[in-house]
Amino acid sequence: MTDQDPLAVPYRERERSVTMERMGDQPVSGTDALLEDERHEELFTLNIGPHHPATHGVLRLLTTLEGEVVRDIKPIVGYVHTGIEKSCEDQQYWKVITFVERMDYLAYYFNATAYCMSVERLLDEEVPPRAQYLRVIHMELNRIASHLFALATGALDLGAITMLWWGCRDRDLVLDLFEMSSGQRMHPRYIQVGGVFEDIPPGWEKKVREFLAIMPTRLDQYEDLLDRNEIWLERLKGTGVISQERALELGVTGPLLRATGHPWDLRKAMPYSSYEQFEFDVPVGHFGDNYDRFKVRMDEMRESLKIVEQGLDGLPEGRYITSNRKVALPPRHELATSMEALIHHFKLVTEGFRVPPGETYVAIESPRGELGCYVLADGSAKPARLHMRDPSFVNLQSLPDMARDSLIADFIACVAMLDPILGGIDR
Amino acid sequence: MPDATGLELIAQRIRSSLGDEAVTGTSYSRGQATLDVAPAAVYDVLAYLSKGDEEPWRRLMSLHGVDYLPAEPRFGVHYQLLSMERCDRLNVRTRIGGDEPHLPTVIDLFPTVDYQEREVYDMFGVVFDGHPDMRRILLPEDYTGYPQRRDFPMGGEPVLFTFNENQYPRWYD
Amino acid sequence: MLTTRLDKVLNWGRANAIFPATFGLACCAIEMMSVVSPRYDIARFGAEAMRASPRQADMLILSGRVSIKMAPVVRRLYDQMLEPKWVVSMGACSSSGGMFSNYAVVQGADKFLPVDVYVPGCPPRPEALIYGIMKLQDKIMGDKAMGWRERYQAEGTGEVEPGIA
Repeated sequence: MTDQDPLAVPYRERERSVTMERMGDQPVSGTDALLEDERHEELFTLNIGPHHPATHGVLRLLTTLEGEVVRDIKPIVGYVHTGIEKSCEDQQYWKVITFVERMDYLAYYFNATAYCMSVERLLDEEVPPRAQYLRVIHMELNRIASHLFALATGALDLGAITMLWWGCRDRDLVLDLFEMSSGQRMHPRYIQVGGVFEDIPPGWEKKVREFLAIMPTRLDQYEDLLDRNEIWLERLKGTGVISQERALELGVTGPLLRATGHPWDLRKAMPYSSYEQFEFDVPVGHFGDNYDRFKVRMDEMRESLKIVEQGLDGLPEGRYITSNRKVALPPRHELATSMEALIHHFKLVTEGFRVPPGETYVAIESPRGELGCYVLADGSAKPARLHMRDPSFVNLQSLPDMARDSLIADFIACVAMLDPILGGIDR
Repeated sequence: MPDATGLELIAQRIRSSLGDEAVTGTSYSRGQATLDVAPAAVYDVLAYLSKGDEEPWRRLMSLHGVDYLPAEPRFGVHYQLLSMERCDRLNVRTRIGGDEPHLPTVIDLFPTVDYQEREVYDMFGVVFDGHPDMRRILLPEDYTGYPQRRDFPMGGEPVLFTFNENQYPRWYD
Repeated sequence: MLTTRLDKVLNWGRANAIFPATFGLACCAIEMMSVVSPRYDIARFGAEAMRASPRQADMLILSGRVSIKMAPVVRRLYDQMLEPKWVVSMGACSSSGGMFSNYAVVQGADKFLPVDVYVPGCPPRPEALIYGIMKLQDKIMGDKAMGWRERYQAEGTGEVEPGIA
């Protein structure tokens, strides 16, 4: 290998960015006994990804196979590492919302809410009840959309393409609602520090209620389609089992943990954003296999529908954003009449607001588990450090435990039901 | 969250079982309890909190690295502990200085920190001694530098407009 | 006379049966999958046959941010595709780096491979992507020389395997 002429080095050598030494000739843990047996002499290392249709993005999995059986998996991540956390340190607090939304790109409302809640805690800012309700409604709609997409792509990985069409069809209904209330299908930057960007438009509530009327039937259709499908049941039941204790040790949260029977849901355990005023159940599974994960997601969608309905019924009157002019932009019509409003608007847009020094960690329940946001403020208008504890990043560690000693096909089912979002993992 | 008194009680219990220098301070602000721990005692304190304490904190939910650049010691590592029984959180913070900071790993207490310690190493260069696989996780293996440090340049390209195109002559070189 | 007619027929065929590679990078990948969904239905434009292997595809949709770790992989995928091939850069990030002007993101995928159509947006709506694909179809139908190396004056930039040449 010469440094002078890069073309003299084979292409494969040049592009290699991850060493494979640990996978090389060392025996993989737990397989030593088998190695002595004559029938199991050879372990085969197979690289899946980063470009592979079944890895939900650009996840790379170094699998060690023994015939058809997976003996070890090494997830290699970082292929969409975007440096968002570094970029956020260069942005004013209100501009950061745009960045954090792009981390976990199926749960954008959750990212924005986690971030805004941590900034609000640093500012000691009260969020008006109407804004809290609007946040809850949007987050739960987002949860439905996210679970639908997880289900659609998961079913696609298992070879059921109808679910992709149906899932996308109903996800588009949710995205239409987002578009109407906040202007864009994805990454709408609707959640603001101190509340939400705008009140819901007239007629939105009616459209949401139409959606709420349609959706239960649609969920029944999915259950008819998948839950009575022999192939679907065979591939999910009893595969990818992880025990509750192991899941807790690995920090797994969200539907994956609830599938093992642990009813840990931050919406219930540590309510935030007035979740304590809503009536809903936390679905749990029994065995912690892939089928339980699927069922938990299905039931969570039904619960989310209930929450959205209660949110619409009990939507309080009042402001949709805090009246603190130091944090929230003044309403548009005041700019023409009030000098102070104009000054506040100018200061906010050019300089942003300053946050007193301090650090905080706020966690909320995203569709994939505990989404935590750590913000360090140094008194300036830009955060000194922002870190997201992304649930996919932590949950991915449980993949080797789930898929070890199972067939490759079951391992694909595990990835599908794990529902990792690579944008969230790599940030 | 444990309130300010509860936090002091926790600190007292740690001091009485691990020695006075283990806990360097406590702070309670905005409903969040933070326990400052000497870097040498991190492992012992976390082991005590997770198993030995009368009110144990069994789960570690998150691990953050921080760079408090103008301040000394420069780096901080936060351990967000959670008690699912009491629905309570506790933040354990340690500060380390130097250009190549070292900390003991806590992977045998909390297996969940596997990726997160690697991420902190990747972004800040904090080496966790004893971690079985201390490699970069998000950036390419051959990357030099630790991008989340405050003195690491942001990178990227300047956006050229007509008003500033003279400021960046031949920026692409 | 006959050859130009034949060219036209071939290009017509190519433009109306594009095989995109299933290749999702980030947020835009979600919108790219929506394009396949019943509401937008890219099958109307003959590009619904997503291919998992780059060797079977002739259009690469770069849907999302390209990080420095991913760039060699993308280039490798592109090299594996057979001629004629086209690249659609979907979204602000892969077109120019977008909002992520930092150490980790390649500031525009055209730094390391030729891009035919740029679709702006963050993420672009599915309609925008379909419009981009229609623009690409126009380009294919009007383009006689199919090899991209001639199109971009990039002869001699191919992969060199030592020992073969």
